[in-house]
Order: sequence, then structure tokens, then C-alpha cells
Amino acid sequence: MKYNSIDEANKAVIGKIVGSAPFLVDVVPAKEKIKELNEGKVLLHAGPPIKWEEMTGPMQGSCIGASLFEGWAETAEEAEQMLVNGEVTFIPCHHVNAVGPMGGITSANMPVLVVENRSEGNEAYCIMNEGIGKVLRFGAYSEEVVTRLKWMQNVLGPTISRALKLTEDGLNLNVMIAKAITMGDEFHQRNIASSLIFLKEISPYIVQLDMDAKQLKDVIQFLANTDQFFLNIAMATSKAVLDGARKIEEGTVVTAMSRNGKEFGIRISGMGDQWFTAPVNTPQGLFFTGYTQDDANPDIGDSAITETFGVGGMAMIAAPGVTRFVGAGGFQDALSTSNEMMEICIDQNSNFTIPTWDFQGACLGIDARKVVETGIEPVINTGIAHKNAGVGQVGAGTVRAPKACFEKAIEAYAEKLGLI
Amino acid sequence: MLHTIIQKNSYQDSINLMLLTNAVATTEGISKVQIMMATPANKDIFKDAGLYTEELETAESNDMAIVVDTEDAGKVEEVLEKVEQYLKDQSISGKTQAFETVRTWDRAIKTLPNANMALISVPGQYAAEEANKALDMGLHVFLFSDNIPVVDEVQLKQKAHEKGLLVMGPDCGTGIIDGVPIAFANVINKGRIGIVGASGTGIQEVTTIIDRLGEGVSHAIGTGGRDLKEPIGAITMMDGIKALENHPQTDVIVVISKPPAKEVRNQVVELLHSLSKPVVTIFLGEKPTKHEGNIYQAYTLAETAQIAVDLLRGNEIKADYNAGDFSVPYVSLKQGQTSIKGLFSGGTMASEAAVLISDSLGLGTQITNEDGYVLKRDGHEVVDLGDDKYTQGKPHPMIDPETRAKFIEKAAQDEKTAVILLDFVLGYGSHEDMASALLPSIQKAVAHAKENDRSLYVVAFVCGTENDPQDYQGHINRLQEAGIIVKNNNNEAVRTALSIVGLQVHDEQKTHEVTETPAKEFDLTVSEQIMAFVNTKPSIINVGLKSFTDAIVANGTPVVQYDWRPIAGGNERMRKILSLLK
Repeated sequence: MKYNSIDEANKAVIGKIVGSAPFLVDVVPAKEKIKELNEGKVLLHAGPPIKWEEMTGPMQGSCIGASLFEGWAETAEEAEQMLVNGEVTFIPCHHVNAVGPMGGITSANMPVLVVENRSEGNEAYCIMNEGIGKVLRFGAYSEEVVTRLKWMQNVLGPTISRALKLTEDGLNLNVMIAKAITMGDEFHQRNIASSLIFLKEISPYIVQLDMDAKQLKDVIQFLANTDQFFLNIAMATSKAVLDGARKIEEGTVVTAMSRNGKEFGIRISGMGDQWFTAPVNTPQGLFFTGYTQDDANPDIGDSAITETFGVGGMAMIAAPGVTRFVGAGGFQDALSTSNEMMEICIDQNSNFTIPTWDFQGACLGIDARKVVETGIEPVINTGIAHKNAGVGQVGAGTVRAPKACFEKAIEAYAEKLGLI
Repeated sequence: MLHTIIQKNSYQDSINLMLLTNAVATTEGISKVQIMMATPANKDIFKDAGLYTEELETAESNDMAIVVDTEDAGKVEEVLEKVEQYLKDQSISGKTQAFETVRTWDRAIKTLPNANMALISVPGQYAAEEANKALDMGLHVFLFSDNIPVVDEVQLKQKAHEKGLLVMGPDCGTGIIDGVPIAFANVINKGRIGIVGASGTGIQEVTTIIDRLGEGVSHAIGTGGRDLKEPIGAITMMDGIKALENHPQTDVIVVISKPPAKEVRNQVVELLHSLSKPVVTIFLGEKPTKHEGNIYQAYTLAETAQIAVDLLRGNEIKADYNAGDFSVPYVSLKQGQTSIKGLFSGGTMASEAAVLISDSLGLGTQITNEDGYVLKRDGHEVVDLGDDKYTQGKPHPMIDPETRAKFIEKAAQDEKTAVILLDFVLGYGSHEDMASALLPSIQKAVAHAKENDRSLYVVAFVCGTENDPQDYQGHINRLQEAGIIVKNNNNEAVRTALSIVGLQVHDEQKTHEVTETPAKEFDLTVSEQIMAFVNTKPSIINVGLKSFTDAIVANGTPVVQYDWRPIAGGNERMRKILSLLK
């Protein structure tokens, strides 16, 4: 190891996180950035690798929706048959510099946000947020869903792309996140402030574009309606920053947390691309009327990359508006949650100071060793999908990353270092 | 039937409305209810739930929509009332705590950067490891945990001494640091008597008597019961004595010790002779015959406190403080009713009772301990119910009356029993009202004896002060009202019991000898950390039992609660890997 100690290696990793410079620079069809999507019928999915037959309902539903969107099939039945037949290749988003919410299903022609981390020169990608209700990421694939995806492909994506080109060097995401965290966002469950900041930043450029008035109105209306629009930007940002940081190929800093509905996977800085997995938990939370805990799909999605970055559930204290997802509790519980998360983190990120936390910085660098030592599992704020394909979101709540992933990771690292 | 209520422009956050829906859904007589903002996406959710109505169609995004499915239209009003009440009463009463709770040493130190002491009460098998960590962080250690091997105690104390730190304990049940009661301790006025002691209830008895005599305590530093044994060599006792010698607010030093190793005892006494301050010593089980130079030797805990107070006040020291008239009028016992049953919750008090009874029987003052029985002679029995033998899987008798109640019952059935002797120990950590908790058993025992034509005498004393969390005078009153003979302290209680059965202790009239040989030279300086420890208010990391924070918080002392758990949940393999990945 080129560092004197694991602590020193970990410091180097978190140094790269703090020193990162993520910018939103473009929105492009996924296939332009991810060459693997040009090689036949390929779909990206959330979490560590998984086969079609192992996928839970929402992810399978998303696959059907994506197949319809790509025109690989005319009907849902056709699409499903094709998927069952194994005609589609699956790749985890994380393997191609991408992340995807919930099912994370991403296909060649879906527009993706492009976040460039200028401190390290790497990029990360994420599809755009579709809003709430019947949406692909929760496994819905009705005509309404596909129609919206088409509109995002043909109108929304190109519009934002053109607007971003008018900016001098893209949108500085550290600045937007720093502002929004003081306005009550934690960037997983709550993104309303950051989404507004995004709208504020981008709309002066959008209105300069030469475009159809109806389309212009639709774009602005969509951005104004979509409270979680920034979530996907935050995910791509987190991915870009953490991929930059894991160039330090030593240490025990968690560099990814991700779920595919069956398994929870983590990566740590000292073990490169290797996943350490354990069965996922099922989120606990509040449900829409008519739905109960029994309807909840097990934990799913790449969005836990935000917690890996130190926001989301880790920054519960920043978002009083969503604290009540932590059990039935209030502010004190949110405070306890963030304080508890600090027990497993190495430091605090002074770029993102949280007023409701006496201006302490957000959590920085989950140390897998500390998770194992204390048994404190990282908390993740999450939407809850119905376990059946096509139903969509049925609630929201929190879930914990299983400790076993962290145990496996540090054991593997101890082996790599020749200690056991 | 569906009923729709639209509250125009009444924005509520979606989480709130989900909680509200849950709260209202329990209303009897309604089959379903959904409360949401009437956004297009939410309208779809209403549809999915089978709760879509025409009124909903016209509602807008900023309207709050309530749809109730009920056959009883009257219920709608009830739902509305509940909704209004809920929205009015949204604030959750936040319970703020006076201290922060953490789960790691790292965070404990970050939360309380000026901490100077760790109060450790984790299970014995882990205690040495945690104490070592505390010492590595430069913290003095108050080690409440027991079952720590002697080798570990030696290692910890040597390490602490080299680092200029104190290890108080292990098995240190009590302490007072700058007026702050630590672990099981009474609320004692601050004053100018400093104590270093090897026993828990011994310190409690001495400090409470000092307090009741109108004086106070600067520090009471516990050493653990083995400190004056050979392998340890009184490391903590010697450092503690030197600390008090250097502490300007301490004028009189009290040393309390269990039977020591002879060599170690001599070493401690030599050190004491070299001090500039007067010292009162009590080595339990020794019956001193004289005072020597600046060292005043006491036979009982009460005498220890009384000498210390007289020294502080500049009064002449009496030749004996123990004797007195402890007779009880009109004693009537049946033939064969000759024995005392001492049922103690305090270990040192039990030992003291055993010593005095043994002495009165002419059997000397050396006592032994067999299964918690510190005396078992001629029908007399003194048992320490706080001994490990009786606390396996059960709370300590200072907290729980059950074990003692059983022993009281047993004693009453024994025809030979004349006196039941009891201690009531107040202070932090103890039962909130042990008098009331034990009275039913005591009354039953007395009644049982009466039915059998026997008079059963119950003698007790209360170890406590007016400022203890329990009601000191109330305890005494309740006991007296129940016909119990209540004395001021253990010494008086034991002698009262003895007088009932016609026994008496012969007390020594102690002479005061001037030491002839000049005192051996000792380096009396202590480390900067120990000086800081005795000269500043403590700042404490409480590792383990959360209830210990009560006394600390009540004294306005900074504390952080470390909710300790075994590393990696006790998974040995992970523990090993973690130690390799340091």
C-alpha cells in the first residue's frame, strides 16, 4: 500500500470527495455516452448484477416499459416474452459510469444528464426524473408512461441540452447543493429547493431558445411540477464525485451503495469494482391509502449513492420537512439519526454546512470498518415501490444497508492486504 | 358511500397528510379515508384506491382533498373535527436531553473535548479494553465494572501511573469528584475532608456521617478492593493520597481500606507519615490502640467520620468515639432467643457488623467470607446480600428488596432470632424508597414471631443525607412508625443489637503517641493531569449504564453518554479483522 495506514488512505479518498468539482454540462441520449448500449438490445439496471428471472416486479415492469419505448416490441406481452427469452443483455448502471433510480432501467435512446467532475476529469450519467405517479422507474409501463418518455427524449432532453450549451461552463452543482441544503433538502426524499434552484438557473437560458411556444410552456411546466427533478442530478453528481474519489485504490471508504431489489451491494475504495452483497431489507414507512407494508417491494435503486456521498438519510437533520419518515418522530429523531450516522463517518464535508445541525458539515466518508465495529448500518431515505410491476409508488420511508455487506468488504480488504 | 371535502388553498405537506390519514383511518364506522393535496398525480392515487369523486375533479393542486367512504354521513363531521384537531396540534413534543448520546469513543471525544474522566460500567470481560482506550486518550478512569482479572488491574494501574492518570476501581461502586456523586453515591456537601477508599459503602457511611455532622467532602476517590493487595501495591491509593495532599481545598485526609497486605500497608502508612496534613485511617478488621503522629486510627466507620470532623474543627481528639449507652428498655426475650441476624445490602457495613459482633463474643476482629456470610457464630449471622452469590442474574439488594425480604422471612422463622439488623442505603443508584418496599416483609416477620409468642426486635440505620434523591427523614420516620429501632449509623445499630442480646464490645482507649523516627522522605508531587483532576470540575464520558448520568446531570456537570456495545456485536472474527485493519 502506498499509504502509511488505512486512516491515511481514507483521508486521501475523502480529500478527493471534498475537492471535487461537479458540473452539469449536458443532456444527451444515453447511447452517445455509453457505448455498450449500441451493441444490440441492452438495458442498464440498478444495483449489483441481476438476471431477468431474479428481478422483482418494478424492475421487470420497467424493462417492459423500456422495450416498448425503444420499439423492440409492440405490446407488453411481446416485450415480456422477449425478455423471458433472454434477448436483452443487462448491465448494472454502475459498470458504465451511470446510476439509475428505483429499477434504474436505462435504454439507448433515453436522455441522460451528464455530470462532469472537473477535479478528476471523469463523468457520470443518470436519466431524468419523470415526476411522480405512473412512472417507469417504479415499474409502470402504460401508454402514458411511454408517451412521457418520448416527450422527454424529443423535447425536454434537447431543450435542457441546448440551454446548458448557452451557459459558460455548465451549472456548478456544489454551489446548488450547498444552497439547497440550507433550504431543507437532503437530496433523496426532498429535492424541492434544489429543483427550484435548478429551474431558477436554467430558465433564463431556456427562454432564450428559439422554440415552439407550446413546447416551451410544457418544459417549464414540467420542471415546475417536478419536485424531485434534482434527485437524478444529485445522483449523477454523487456518482461522479465518488468515482473520482475511488481512484485512490486503497482504504475502507464506501464508494457505492446500491440495490437491485434482491441484493444490496456496496463497494469500498480499497477493493475497486468488486461488489459486496447481502439480501436487501424492505423499507419501512408511510403508505398511500389502500396499501400496506405487505405491498412494499424490497429495497431497490441506485439512489443510495446520495447517502454514500453523505446526503439523503445521512443528512436527515437538514430536511425537517421529511423528518417524520424516521418512524413517527420529529426533529429530535432526525437529529439523532444524523448524529448516529456521524459515528460511522470519517469526517464532515465543510462544503455543505447544515444550519439545523449548528452548521456542521454533511457526513463525509462512510468507513466500512466503523459500520462493522458499531453495528450501525447506514440509513437510506427511499421511495417505496409496489412489489408488482406497473402499480408504481405506494409510499416512502427509510431502510438500512445490511451490515453483512460491510463485513464481507473489510474481510476481503484484509485478505488483499495479506493480513489474514 | 363516498363523501368529499375540499379545503381550498390549504396546503399541507404530503408526509403530514399521510400521517393524518393514518390517524383518521382509525375512526370507527368509516371503511376508508384518504387525505391528499388534489394534484393530478394524487387524483390518480384516489382513483386507484377507489375513492375518486366528481368533486375531486374540480379540485386544484393547492386544495386539500378528503374523501371518506362511510355509510354514516354523521361520521364525516367527526372526521373533519379530527383533521382540524390534528393540523392544529402538529408539533411533536421534542424531548430534549441534557446530554448527547454517542456510540463511539471518537464521537464521545468530539462531543466533549474537555472530558477528563471516563466512568466505565461495561461487562467485566470488556472493561479492561475500554479502560485502556480511555487511558490512551488521556482520561482518568472510574471503573465501576467488576470481574476484572488482577493481572489486568495491575496493567491498567501501572499504565495509568506512568501516564499520570488515576484508575479508580475496578469494582468501584462509589465516588465523589468535586462534589459530584459518581455511580452509587450520596449527595454530600462540599467541604474540606478528602477521602481515598477501597470500599463502596464504607465511603458512603463515612461521607454521610460527615455531612450530617455539618461538614463536607472535597473528593472521595475509590481505589477498588484489591488496591492494597500485593500485586497492585496501592498504586491508586498512593497517587490519591498525594493528590489530596496537594489539593488546597482538602485539610483532612481519610483513608479507608479493606484488610491490606502487610508490606503494602506499611508502605502506605509510611507515606501518610510524610504528609503535612492530618490523616484518619481505618483498616477494616483492625482494632487500633493508639494514634501516631499525624495518623489517627479509627475502629469503626462512624469513628472515622467523627475524628475527621473534630480534626477539621480543631477539637481535641477523644480516646474513643465508639462506646456509649445503647441499651433498649424493657427487653423481653424467650429462653433461647439469643441471636442477631444482620441482613445487609452494603458489603462494608456487613463486614463492620461482623467485626463488632465477633469482637463482643471475644473471638477477635478477623472475619472471613463464606458464600456472603461474613459471620456465622453461635447462631449469629451477618450476610452481605450484595455478594456475587446473591446477585447472579438478580439486581443488587440496594435496588431490589426481594432477596432481603426472603432472608427476613427466614430469620423470623428461626426461634433463636432475637434481632434483625438492617441497613438502608440511600443515594443515587439506590431504590427510591426501600423503607416502604421492605416494611411489609418486616411487619409480617414481627407478626409471625408474635403469633409464636416471641418478641422480635428490628434494628436499622439509614445511610443517607438530607440532600439525597430519597427522603432521608421520611425513611427514618416510616421505619420508626413501624416500631423499628432506628439508630444514627451502623456502629450504633450493631451495638444496640448487641445490647438486646446482652453482649457488649470492649473498646480501647487510644493514646496519642508522637512518632519518634523521622518520617521517610517521599516525592509527594503528582502529575499535572492529577492536579487538574482534583482542582477542576470533572467532565465525564459515561461508558455504559445510562442511569449514572442522573447524578452527573443533576450537578450541572458536563457528560456525554456512550451507549457502549461489544465491538462488532461480539462477533470474534470481525473483531479480529478490525484489529488488523487499524
